[in-house]
Amino acid sequence: MSSKADGEIIHFDNVGLRYDHDREVLSDLSFTLFPGSFYFLTGASGAGKTSLLRLLYLAQRPSRGVIRMFGKDAITLPRSGLPALRRRIGVVFQDFRLVPHLSAFDNVALPLRVAGFGEREIAGPVRDILEWVGLADRQDARPATLSGGEQQRIAIARAVIARPDMLVADEPTGNVDPDMAVKLLRLFELLNRQGTTVVVATHDAHLLRKVPDSLIMRLDRGRLSDPTGALRYPPRRPA
Amino acid sequence: MSGGPSKRVRQRRARARRLFAGAEAELVPQGRLSGPMPWVIAIMVALTAIALATGLALGNTVTAATAEIEGGVTVQLVEPRADVREREAARALDALKVVQGVASMRLVPQEELDALVAPWLGSSIDTATGAGIPVPALIDVRLQRAASPERVAAIQRAVTRAAPSARVDAQATWLKPVFDAIVSLQWLAIVLVALLAAALSAAVLLAARSTLGTNRETIEIVHLLGGTDAQIARVFQRAIAFDAAGGGAFGLALALVVILSLGRRFAGLGAGMVSSGALVWSDWLLLALVPIMATLLAMVTARLTVMQALRKML
Repeated sequence: MSSKADGEIIHFDNVGLRYDHDREVLSDLSFTLFPGSFYFLTGASGAGKTSLLRLLYLAQRPSRGVIRMFGKDAITLPRSGLPALRRRIGVVFQDFRLVPHLSAFDNVALPLRVAGFGEREIAGPVRDILEWVGLADRQDARPATLSGGEQQRIAIARAVIARPDMLVADEPTGNVDPDMAVKLLRLFELLNRQGTTVVVATHDAHLLRKVPDSLIMRLDRGRLSDPTGALRYPPRRPA
Repeated sequence: MSGGPSKRVRQRRARARRLFAGAEAELVPQGRLSGPMPWVIAIMVALTAIALATGLALGNTVTAATAEIEGGVTVQLVEPRADVREREAARALDALKVVQGVASMRLVPQEELDALVAPWLGSSIDTATGAGIPVPALIDVRLQRAASPERVAAIQRAVTRAAPSARVDAQATWLKPVFDAIVSLQWLAIVLVALLAAALSAAVLLAARSTLGTNRETIEIVHLLGGTDAQIARVFQRAIAFDAAGGGAFGLALALVVILSLGRRFAGLGAGMVSSGALVWSDWLLLALVPIMATLLAMVTARLTVMQALRKML
């Protein structure tokens, strides 16, 4: 394994994606994501942001190309190897995708339960994170009884509870007020400073300015542009 | 005011489920998996247990009857003249004493013969007509081994010399059609048990598929959070195991009521062949295994169905 491969967590090489026999929604994507970096994925509506994120959180296999994740070939990896990779990725879905019959507490606890943690290990961290997102008093509420913003905060709490190596968020501030948006970005930055690679898809240009060290990935009709050159020549970060 | 259980009750239930089934059981709403499933399983188990009990009772009947009559031979003396018939019977008994392999013999008394034919000919036929109807004399012979055609032929030869009107029949021969019919019924019971097992599997398969469809979104989320196929399959397996165990126990109880009441009715008939079909302890043990086997079958079916469906997801 090369030293470059050791230092990367995601590597896309000439990746393309098409659904059924339609035209490609993503074409010729080649980039590398490095540990501890903060990326904003921007682009107009329909540019392919969600499709790229689906590739990143292993909900979709590409139609062509090579994807390496955490040093493993995600294309040829057998299905049985995917859960271990997925547990290293936290996801905030655009439509939240909370489990409707579970309480807010159980939704947030889900990644820990899936990872095999016991109830005693789960209770404390889940209450802490619920408190942090301001929903400690709603821990028994079902998603249907929560507002859009509350659901989004639960979705974010669920994504970060297991301290993933990479956090992928699809429009995570779309349904929250500006104060909460800033608060959530601070949480993402905090995680980022602790070594988590963060990829946030957004069409909100104001957000980009709020994280000074962030790198920008711009998608335009399924093709990735690298306006700052940061994807090709990432700034060196202390180990 | 909501009509559903209160928050505290829901929390208690959730805690109980976690305690007995692990936190994974929460991934799929258990109520949706239950529904009519325990009742379907209860009916299947009841029918299977009744069919099995029938098969076992028929098997016991055949075994007991075979053991009783396989060494049995009947010698009929069809001489119409009563005095000659009596003499031939005595000579036939003497002849049988020297035939090898004969364990015992008994001349059936005239009173028994009269009682045998009475249902068809009446008991006062002699006095009513003034003319007796000749009834053959019967000698019931027990052999040390089964009445093979060779042994029957040897008896026939020995007896015919002493009593020319003698006819010799192996008892198993004239009961063979009855045994064949019973064995056919036994096979029918086995086929019924197999069909019911197949129907149970099909019902579980449909229920598991339906629940999978209903919970596809949840399953996808669990998958994306790193849940394995085995974890998700375990959830379904556990839920169906609870359904099957509960339904199976109820079904077995129902079947036992039916079997015991039918057994009492048949015992009341007092017929030898029927009462020989009573279930023994090993049969009851087999019946007790029906709900256990049904539970295992349901669990395996649910697991295979869910695993197959999950393999189609990334």
